[in-house]
Amino acid sequence: MTDTAAPLLSTRSLTMLFGGVVAVDAVDFSLAPGELRCLIGPNGAGKSTFFKMLSGQYVPTAGEITFRSRSIAGSAPHEIARLGIGIKTQVPNVFNGLDVHENIWLAARRRNSPSTARRIARDILERIRLSHRSMVPVGHLSHGQRQWVEIGMVLAGDPELVLLDEPAAGMTDEETRLTAELIREINASRALIIVEHDIQFIRMIADKVTVFHQGGILMEDKADTVLKDQRVRDVYLGKKEYA
Amino acid sequence: MAVKTAAQLTALILAVVAIAAAPMLLDLFDLIELTLFASMAVLALSLGFIWGFGGILSFGQTAFFGLGGYAYAVAAINFGDSTPAILLAIALPAAFAALLGYFTFYGRVSDVYFSVITLTVTLILFNVVNSTAGDEYRIGDAALGGFNGMPAVPTFNMPFDPAAVLEPEASWYVAAGTLVAVYVLLRLLLASSFGRIAVAVKENEVRASLLGYDPRLIKLIVFVIGGAVAGLAGALYVNWGAFVNPTIFGLALSAQIIIWVTIGGLGTLIGPVVGCILVQYIVSRIGTQQTFNANLILGAVLIGFVLLLPRGLMPTLQHIATQAGSRLAYMFSRDNAGRAIADRPAGAE
Repeated sequence: MTDTAAPLLSTRSLTMLFGGVVAVDAVDFSLAPGELRCLIGPNGAGKSTFFKMLSGQYVPTAGEITFRSRSIAGSAPHEIARLGIGIKTQVPNVFNGLDVHENIWLAARRRNSPSTARRIARDILERIRLSHRSMVPVGHLSHGQRQWVEIGMVLAGDPELVLLDEPAAGMTDEETRLTAELIREINASRALIIVEHDIQFIRMIADKVTVFHQGGILMEDKADTVLKDQRVRDVYLGKKEYA
Repeated sequence: MAVKTAAQLTALILAVVAIAAAPMLLDLFDLIELTLFASMAVLALSLGFIWGFGGILSFGQTAFFGLGGYAYAVAAINFGDSTPAILLAIALPAAFAALLGYFTFYGRVSDVYFSVITLTVTLILFNVVNSTAGDEYRIGDAALGGFNGMPAVPTFNMPFDPAAVLEPEASWYVAAGTLVAVYVLLRLLLASSFGRIAVAVKENEVRASLLGYDPRLIKLIVFVIGGAVAGLAGALYVNWGAFVNPTIFGLALSAQIIIWVTIGGLGTLIGPVVGCILVQYIVSRIGTQQTFNANLILGAVLIGFVLLLPRGLMPTLQHIATQAGSRLAYMFSRDNAGRAIADRPAGAE
């Protein structure tokens, strides 16, 4: 692409209905290449549903998703993954019965020869600080470590865009700090969208924040501005209704 | 890792030696019985592979077994040579598995319904073939024979030499050799990238697709390989008895395959082979006594296994062996540690 101003990812009137419930309501969203964006919002605001449409796990009821100027709404998850979107889901989605190395190797193998995949797996294990546990089945690891394995798998696929759904959930303070560091490392070369509840964590990493509320975007601004905003505070504390 | 590979190689060599020596050590009756066991063990491998490593539970593996058997019988009668008949017994079930798998996996049929569909398919085939009695149902020179089946099917001959029909000893070598060859090929396949990806799809289909693998295609390929192996087993079975009838598609056999795999151990390749031979041995011993009902004993054995050894025979044995091994290693290391301390002269610090 020659036009650097074109967004890496954008959605237009993206909508998802579950029966009569509007989970995501006509969302217009845009992400620049190399950007790091945080999505916040109370439970049920539609963040995870929005993510699942981006990754192809849900087929949107209506609307458009454009990634690198290609329409991807309704494509199968593996097709979207091949275009260069990697996702860490909310509940760790890993191969529990296989060891840590095998998990990362499988992620790297998609685009690489077996031996290159082995080299990539070694590098990634170093980056997620799990080299010493490479032969342990992932099911035996702690929740935080399994999150890292999943982030490692996303990185091993070398995607253009990384989606992380609650990467710091259930982590200790030390693990959270290391995760923030890892995210900044990734952002050096990749665009990210991160769904997160932990405001402390968002302060550590965030640049621009998008607030979801009742399936729509409530506001979108710099982290400081958003976190000071009275409406955002009300939404989190459940004071008033903003449609 | 290296120890494990060495142990596997040793076991493989022992198996080959045992197969080679069997005709000299056993009388003809036992050898012919073992030939049947080996043929059925190939069928057990086909389900053990797709269920244990592809996560595909087919209740109708007999559909491919039966198609392989009938394809072999019809082709052998028409061609008079077993060589192309065996190839057809592999190709036809594989093609049928591709068709069935395409519509079920790409149609996003869930696991439970998939199992029911495969069961239904084998029963449909049973009924179709069962109702082909009469002279109008013939393919070339081969009359399908309905519920009576097809008697006097030509057995295996040397490749492209119909005059050189194999003796029972040679048939044993073919059946047991096929079993070993299929086992080794599946083992190599599982060690390859494709095999590792197939296991990943079994572990977590969603994650595999989010990594960019198409789970439908992977499962389809696994299923087709399973169908081809089951078809080959069908040809071996027909060669063993020189006869085929519709019970080859039946419910009793399709349930038995699942019992073999469950008892031997799901998630291993050797388990289904061991389970198959063990169960068939028990059934044939009971059968000669006539004191007990074989199905009753078989049911009790299955319930016993599900309750006491839910993982099956081979995984349980492997678990015991690793436990004992690590205990030994632990004792050994403690022993060494003790000696290391003792080696250091007192007051050396």
